[in-house]
Amino acid sequence: MFEKIFFLLCLSTALAEQLCRPEASDGYRVRLSIKTALGDEAYVWNDNEMFLFRATLAFAMRNQISGQEFEVSNIIVCDETPRVSFWFVVTSPQNTSQLVDKESVEEAVRKSRNRINSAFLLTDKTLEFIGIPPTLAAPVNPDTPPWLIVFGLVMGAVGAGIIVLLASSVVQKKRKNDEKPDDEEIDEETRVKTVENSAASEGIYNRSFSDDERFTHM
Amino acid sequence: MRLVFPNRGLDLRIPNYEDLERLDKEEASDRPKWDNKAQYILTCVGFCIGIGNVWRFPYLCQSHGGGAFLIPYLILLVLEGMPLLLLEFAIGQRLRKGSVGVWRAISPYLTGIGIASMLVSLLVGLYYNTLIAWIMWYLFNSFQDPLPWSQCPLNDNGTEFVPECQQSSTVDYYFYRVSLNSSASIADSGEIHWPMVVCLLAAWTVICICYIRGISTSGKAVYVTAILPYIVLAIFLIRGLTLKGALSGIEFLFTPDVDELVKPTTWLDAGAQVFYAFSIAWGGLISFSSYNPVHNNCMQDAVILTAITGFTSVYAATVTYSIIGFRATEKYDGCISENIMTLLNAFGLPEDNITASNYETELNHLNSSYPDTVLGLDIKTCDMHKLLSEGVEGTGLAFIVFTEAITKMPGSPAWSVLFFIMLLCLGISTLFGNIEGVVVPLKDLNMFPKKWPQEALTGTTCVVAFIISILFAQQSGLYWVTLFDNFAGSVPLLTIGLFELIAVVHIYGIDRFNEDLEFMIGHKPSIFWQISWRFISPLIILVILVFYLVTQAQEELTYLVWDPNSVEFPTLASVPYPSWINAVIFFLAGVPSLAVPVYALYRLIFSCCRKKKCIQKKNEPNL
Repeated sequence: MFEKIFFLLCLSTALAEQLCRPEASDGYRVRLSIKTALGDEAYVWNDNEMFLFRATLAFAMRNQISGQEFEVSNIIVCDETPRVSFWFVVTSPQNTSQLVDKESVEEAVRKSRNRINSAFLLTDKTLEFIGIPPTLAAPVNPDTPPWLIVFGLVMGAVGAGIIVLLASSVVQKKRKNDEKPDDEEIDEETRVKTVENSAASEGIYNRSFSDDERFTHM
Repeated sequence: MRLVFPNRGLDLRIPNYEDLERLDKEEASDRPKWDNKAQYILTCVGFCIGIGNVWRFPYLCQSHGGGAFLIPYLILLVLEGMPLLLLEFAIGQRLRKGSVGVWRAISPYLTGIGIASMLVSLLVGLYYNTLIAWIMWYLFNSFQDPLPWSQCPLNDNGTEFVPECQQSSTVDYYFYRVSLNSSASIADSGEIHWPMVVCLLAAWTVICICYIRGISTSGKAVYVTAILPYIVLAIFLIRGLTLKGALSGIEFLFTPDVDELVKPTTWLDAGAQVFYAFSIAWGGLISFSSYNPVHNNCMQDAVILTAITGFTSVYAATVTYSIIGFRATEKYDGCISENIMTLLNAFGLPEDNITASNYETELNHLNSSYPDTVLGLDIKTCDMHKLLSEGVEGTGLAFIVFTEAITKMPGSPAWSVLFFIMLLCLGISTLFGNIEGVVVPLKDLNMFPKKWPQEALTGTTCVVAFIISILFAQQSGLYWVTLFDNFAGSVPLLTIGLFELIAVVHIYGIDRFNEDLEFMIGHKPSIFWQISWRFISPLIILVILVFYLVTQAQEELTYLVWDPNSVEFPTLASVPYPSWINAVIFFLAGVPSLAVPVYALYRLIFSCCRKKKCIQKKNEPNL
């Protein structure tokens, strides 16, 4: 009796080993970098963690292929290394000697990637499925490019500055025009004198003549 | 050597001492004036301290022997820079005109010097403002988190990044593709990149409004643009020193290599850098000094400015290299971690086995046990020295190395905004001097109608310059900027500086110049100044000019292009210039340099013809 049970156990493990071979066609390699991700709070990888992994993967397969009830025993793992990397294959719940094809497994993992990652407190980079590239996060692209907003602010400020300056120069000119009739009489006398003298100077830089007139006038 | 050329009518063209005294007392001149001395000093400091102090000097310092480079730099600062500085200050203050006016007053045949200064200021201003437009683009884009140059766009599938970005880096991609959309050669102009046009518009408008009433508006703006960079540099210094790896950068910068002092290129580069650092021969300094009161102590100003320039160069270099050291250390650590991961993955070892400290020993151990496997892994060598020396000059420093370093700092948008505001202030304050060196000569040459107010002059100049600078908004704009930088801002400045020295010492007369200085500041310049003006400075400039021309003539002209299809991508490929570039180079470098002799010749012929006509007219009634 015991011999039969023993024989069946050996047979099943042997079969499982045959199904799960590293670099076999329908499996994937998984690599975890727990210490890189968690540093001091890293947990130790043991059989319980492995059980969690197989359960999570069974959950992913159930989500993918509805109707079929995947159990933990359907996820077979082999070739564990101290790196914490191993190979896994998925067997069909209806026929334990048949493997589920690669594409379905990939689909399942992709769909539930987030859930698998958070079960282990890891990310896409630290829990790698070799051969299943993670869908990259799209770069943040706001609707209005922010640079246009800042540019608008700067140009608005500059435009306001130009208007202020032009307005102030117009106001100054008006004030000068109002003051001009008062000064014109005084200006005319000096202007007449300078005109008489500049005819003699012929364009040579010579201010002293006109200014002397001003002094002698007084 | 008292060789002075005959110069008739000099006294008639320039104000004499009594006129100057009277002008000073009555303030009867209609020339603009500085509100106070601080404004003048800050404007000159802002003009001299430009973007080149941040991205050219540190690179020269590090590549020419680190701390040892300071020796030729400081020596040439005092022997070459300071005398020319005092020359420009004194001649402007004495003759009270812009650059064209001053040289025309000394001798009408020398107006060419003023014209050459104006042309150089214009050409340099065009490409300098393009750099400011790029800085503005980065500044505008810094107001978001995460910064746009920290992420790559995805390709259509969504599985991978765009190949150009994947192969190079996010910052490279952002600068060459997103900001500039660079083509692969200068001949391939491509289309106009409209974000760049927008930024150029912003840049020219800001300059226009700051300078719209001449120094009465720009003099107020310099309080901000000249002081803010120092504050920001201090903030960056404190932040930089707290970052990991900063000290290795500073060590790298200042480690002296005394062998470099023997090489002539070190001294030549130091001399050229001093010359450009002081913005001599642009005409702006002469203009600025002409607004000073007559008895302003310009000798003291020259010494102060020299000291400030020297100090700022070293200060900026320290800050720059602390950030470069941080970035290099980050990249080095990343490289090592990557290699460690590769080894762990290949040999299935637990994660703690290989750390940064025992990386070397473990690698050797694995290499000796399994050489084939290790070879197949293609492990990259992580070279700290290479990381510290890559891309640390020019636009590469500001837009690639620094932006990358900033993305690694916590709170990156704030640091990015600060950094680009600093560069913006440095650039704008230099542009004030530039615009001054263009607008005032145009006014003196009567290119504008006399009735136009200052606002119209500034506005017209800015509008025309904006239209010309759209050339730099093309897809090949980056290569045009580099071309202008190499040729418009090098040989012409040296030739103009040389002509200025000869003009003042031999045509104006060094004795008269000494008397002027005695009149203005109360004592004659000491023997140091005499010797430098007469022998040392002209000799240094002549040597630099000759060596530069000789080396340029010997080399084949090449430039670096961003070519995704090239073999060396992502490193920039070195490509020869097309043949029509020689015409452009002649225009950029040759025309300003030749303006001096050509104008003198033209004037000679013109006056000869006029004399002949005069003589003919006089003789006619007798016949």
